[in-house]
Amino acid sequence: MNRPATTTGMRDIDIARTKLTGALAETWTTPSGFWGALATVDHKIIGRRYIFTAFVFLALGGVLAALMRIQLAQPEARLLGPDRYNQIFTMHGANMMFLFAVPVMEAVAVYLVPLMVGTRNIAFPRLNAFSYWIYLAGGMLLWTAFALDMGPDVGWFAYVPLSGPQYGAGKRADIWAQMITFTELSALAVAVELVVTIFKQRAPGMTLDRIPVFVWAMLVTSFLVIMAMPAIMIASTSLILDRLVGTHFYNPAEGGDVLLWQHLFWFFGHPEVYIIFLPAAGMVSTMIEPFARRPAFGYLGLVMALIATGILSFGLWVHHMFVAGLPRLGDSFFTASSMAIAIPAGIQIFCWIATLWDGRPVFKTPLLFIIGFIVTFVIGGLTGVMVASVPFDTQVHDTYFVVAHFHYVLIGGAVFPLLGTIHYWFPKLTGRMMSETLGRWSFWLIFIGFNATFFPMHILGLEGMPRRIYTYQPDLPWHGLNLFISLSAVILIAGFLLFFVNVIRSARSGEVAPDNPWDAPTLEWATTSPPPSYNFAMIPVVGSLHPLWSERDTLPVADGLRTDRRELIVTTLATAEPQARDASPQNSIWPLWAAIATTIMLIWSIFSPWAVVWGSIPVAVALIGWFWPKGTPEDES
Amino acid sequence: MLATPLAGCGGNWQSALDVYGTSAISLKHLIILIVAVCSAVWMLVMAALIAALWRGRDARPAPAEPGRERRLTIAVIGAVVATVLIISTFTIMSFIATRALTVAGQDDLTIRVRGLQWWWGLEYVGPDPSSRFETANEIHIPVGRNVRLKLEGVDVIHSVWVPSLAGKQDLVPGRPNELTIRAEHAGVYRGQCAEFCGMQHAHMALLVIAETQDDFDQWAAAQRQAAARPPDEETAAGLQTFLAKPCAACHTIRGTAAAGTSGPDLTHVGSRRTIAAGLFETTRGSLAAWIADPQTIKPGNNMPMVPLTPDELRAVSAYLASLK
Amino acid sequence: MRERIVLDLGKLPLHGLGTASVTWWGTLAFMLIEGTGFALAIAVYLYLMSMATAWPINTQAPDLLPGTLVTLILLASLVPNVLLSRWAEQQDLGKVRIGIVIMSLLGTVPLIVRIFEFPALKVSWDSNAYGSVVWTLLGLHTIHIITDLVDTLVLAALMFTRHGHSPRRFGDVQDNAMYWNFVVATWLPIYGCIYWLARL
Repeated sequence: MNRPATTTGMRDIDIARTKLTGALAETWTTPSGFWGALATVDHKIIGRRYIFTAFVFLALGGVLAALMRIQLAQPEARLLGPDRYNQIFTMHGANMMFLFAVPVMEAVAVYLVPLMVGTRNIAFPRLNAFSYWIYLAGGMLLWTAFALDMGPDVGWFAYVPLSGPQYGAGKRADIWAQMITFTELSALAVAVELVVTIFKQRAPGMTLDRIPVFVWAMLVTSFLVIMAMPAIMIASTSLILDRLVGTHFYNPAEGGDVLLWQHLFWFFGHPEVYIIFLPAAGMVSTMIEPFARRPAFGYLGLVMALIATGILSFGLWVHHMFVAGLPRLGDSFFTASSMAIAIPAGIQIFCWIATLWDGRPVFKTPLLFIIGFIVTFVIGGLTGVMVASVPFDTQVHDTYFVVAHFHYVLIGGAVFPLLGTIHYWFPKLTGRMMSETLGRWSFWLIFIGFNATFFPMHILGLEGMPRRIYTYQPDLPWHGLNLFISLSAVILIAGFLLFFVNVIRSARSGEVAPDNPWDAPTLEWATTSPPPSYNFAMIPVVGSLHPLWSERDTLPVADGLRTDRRELIVTTLATAEPQARDASPQNSIWPLWAAIATTIMLIWSIFSPWAVVWGSIPVAVALIGWFWPKGTPEDES
Repeated sequence: MLATPLAGCGGNWQSALDVYGTSAISLKHLIILIVAVCSAVWMLVMAALIAALWRGRDARPAPAEPGRERRLTIAVIGAVVATVLIISTFTIMSFIATRALTVAGQDDLTIRVRGLQWWWGLEYVGPDPSSRFETANEIHIPVGRNVRLKLEGVDVIHSVWVPSLAGKQDLVPGRPNELTIRAEHAGVYRGQCAEFCGMQHAHMALLVIAETQDDFDQWAAAQRQAAARPPDEETAAGLQTFLAKPCAACHTIRGTAAAGTSGPDLTHVGSRRTIAAGLFETTRGSLAAWIADPQTIKPGNNMPMVPLTPDELRAVSAYLASLK
Repeated sequence: MRERIVLDLGKLPLHGLGTASVTWWGTLAFMLIEGTGFALAIAVYLYLMSMATAWPINTQAPDLLPGTLVTLILLASLVPNVLLSRWAEQQDLGKVRIGIVIMSLLGTVPLIVRIFEFPALKVSWDSNAYGSVVWTLLGLHTIHIITDLVDTLVLAALMFTRHGHSPRRFGDVQDNAMYWNFVVATWLPIYGCIYWLARL
């Protein structure tokens, strides 16, 4: 779009245009070099970094999974001892949930949402930079601790009293709890940015009913983060207090309660599942359109289903505690609410099938992942209905049946769409297409490997194999299936390796991508691949839900923005009418300093409560440096 | 000696699908029913998906039919209504089955079950103090009787699960729970801790031995007895070693001076089928191996290695094996 | 794709105030996060209270004096706070300077009284779960007072520099005033919990 039309020769309008893009580039582009990279606040650079880092953690978590599968391939294996195994399964869960699944969804949104709503940067771009550094620090804390044999070994759920002062010796449980603080801090920051971006920075004319479904999904997800993550912050903080300064929140001998932990943890933990799944559902609803070659069926239903899921997700947490001995009547209420969440999930599934039914599917890799998603996620949803039933759950809770269930939900329901997403938006991220051949191969390997690995776990669970055991005895009839699972995992791993190969090769030498390779209808495809630092030379004006389909030749835009400062449009919440052209902050190194100061304070506070007092002083200094006006054009008003 | 279910039923003695307890039997019915309905639902959805993909394979632009969007809407609404109906049925079924979980009728026997890292402490609570006795890791119950397990988490959370007899229930410190089990057939059923409880969560098994009332009464009477005097010189030396070394600080052997309570009661350890919470069959050799090096066999467990001479080790294991 | 200009944004203001400001919405979002945190902390209090046979555990209810004094000071501070917000809206630099100095003082005074609140609880954080939860509630709220006070002090300093006379700064003052209202509002249920529920 921003390239001059060479066939007809350079015209005056094109010259004006190169001047415009030149001026914008000067204002918006991140300076090259190390310092520029540290100080950048460009949502695209930070989003790419976030996605890359999350996939590194995915690979690391996959290595842990492979180690567990080697250990469990035969009874009484001695590859891993109980101490190491317990660290590994804890690391695997904590890493996948806190360092991969939630961050990667937010990362994709950090990259895409500003483009999809037609703005030039995310709201609070410095907070965005800060959130990435904090996330990175949290991940490094966890993995460094693991490398030093100090990795948490209490499960990703860290139930007390096992994680409490009496039974959780050393600093392992504290590492877990503080890693939570890091990742939740960064997740909350991104949630705030996304909510405000979606509320206030949508392109003129993008009324509520013209917001792409993925953006809706991220809005609901961000509210889930905002409402759910404080619970785990309170839980992990009180756990640290119990361990460090001798409070008694979880000590039954002094008026505390063990189940209080489970209530707090799952009040966060269940919405957490939807924090991972809703973005994936949004990705599917958005990606399905170009591949079905028609608008997604039932826009209103899809959006309402997202919102309903978000609300219901706060009423399910007790189904993780069905065998903890709570009153049976209360349990039955939670059975009903857990079953009810199948309804919005069903609505979405039926809408997607209707879209494909009425459309003319184009079988490219992203669509394959969507189909794989529907096949596996329906299984995960149905086993979810099963475990929602209290009596059923008493037999399968804490067994491999549940392991199978949530891997179907999380891999089938979230990772499949995510992989489709990478294939789909890769041209926008890098300017190059991913290989279709390698994409198909990796899809089939992952799809077959996944099902062969995880489906038998349902049976193992029913056959009595509990979770989180580092080995099992030869007289139990589980070794055949376990060996089969471990061998199948090889196929799954091969599929992922092929995916990574495809990504690396395509990023280097893939086919150069046009602006809109899939003929997709949403705004991010209106700009170049990859987009310029300012995203859009002129802010688009939106007249429909599918702006690039309703008007195929031209893009309605608005002019009148300054080019000598970072300026973007603030619009009204419901109708997206322009209210102001406000400044977006310039690059700054202060978010990095603030993140370093925060990291020092948080890690120090594992060892001494005084860290909170003395450590907060550098944090305050960094924050003042961050917000102190520098007299740039951005400060004008 | 025992009619184990291993013989008759394909061999799994720890399975929610090989069931011999009243509540496990009704749970299995529920599981099969729900799984069957869900499988049917999945196949219907897959049929719709395949049909949808098949339909669109020809790349001709679809003619703009009026009313097509409306027909789709009706189909989707129909599917959602079907979902609601199935979900509601499951909820009601589940509610009814929850009530059935509570085994009906009077409790005939009460056992206090304590979950510890990583073994099960058992106390048979009788009508009067003289009939109570302690044991560990092996629950004997009479067939066809309701047995109430009073569950206490002592250190961390554990969960008792004998899938062939009943669903699981957590043992939560500070919050006593209960679980009633009832075996319909005689047999040996294996269970294991289902809530992650630390290093040796994997090796925290228990056996439930369901037997006739007569066999049970006989067993209980034997368990109530104090330990037999050592029958020969070697076992007598074993008792001496047991009392002289730190063993007695943690274990009780009724009828001797050993009265420790932090480890399992060993009064009739030789009569139990397994040692170390299901790790080995009880033999003189396995006892010796366990005592010689508990930290290699079950790393992290709370039994320290007590240095013994080979003679002492032989004597102690002989003595313990003799405690029938 | 060619671009077709359909809208001129040149006349829009260079900075939005109130609901047209992203900072305002950001402040609101952070208030929602912290409000959820306070609500959960209070839920923990109520949960532990429901578990206990006697409440407070092994002690008497806290002394009313310091906590009530803090409540009164916080409530009184709302008047100059609302005035300050109004002056900021009118972009009256002179009055805003006076107001923000007053608010800096009114942020400091409750902190001084708060020092006497902790001993008035008559329980230590490590005595029992009751002590733990009341100390945490009080500590959590104290952190919020400190945070807002620091913010107020920095803004007060800014208002006396060349950066002061700017709609952007007046917007910051308004957002800060809104946050102070939030700090006062969250105190009331915590005050009720700590001082009055313990007397039931």
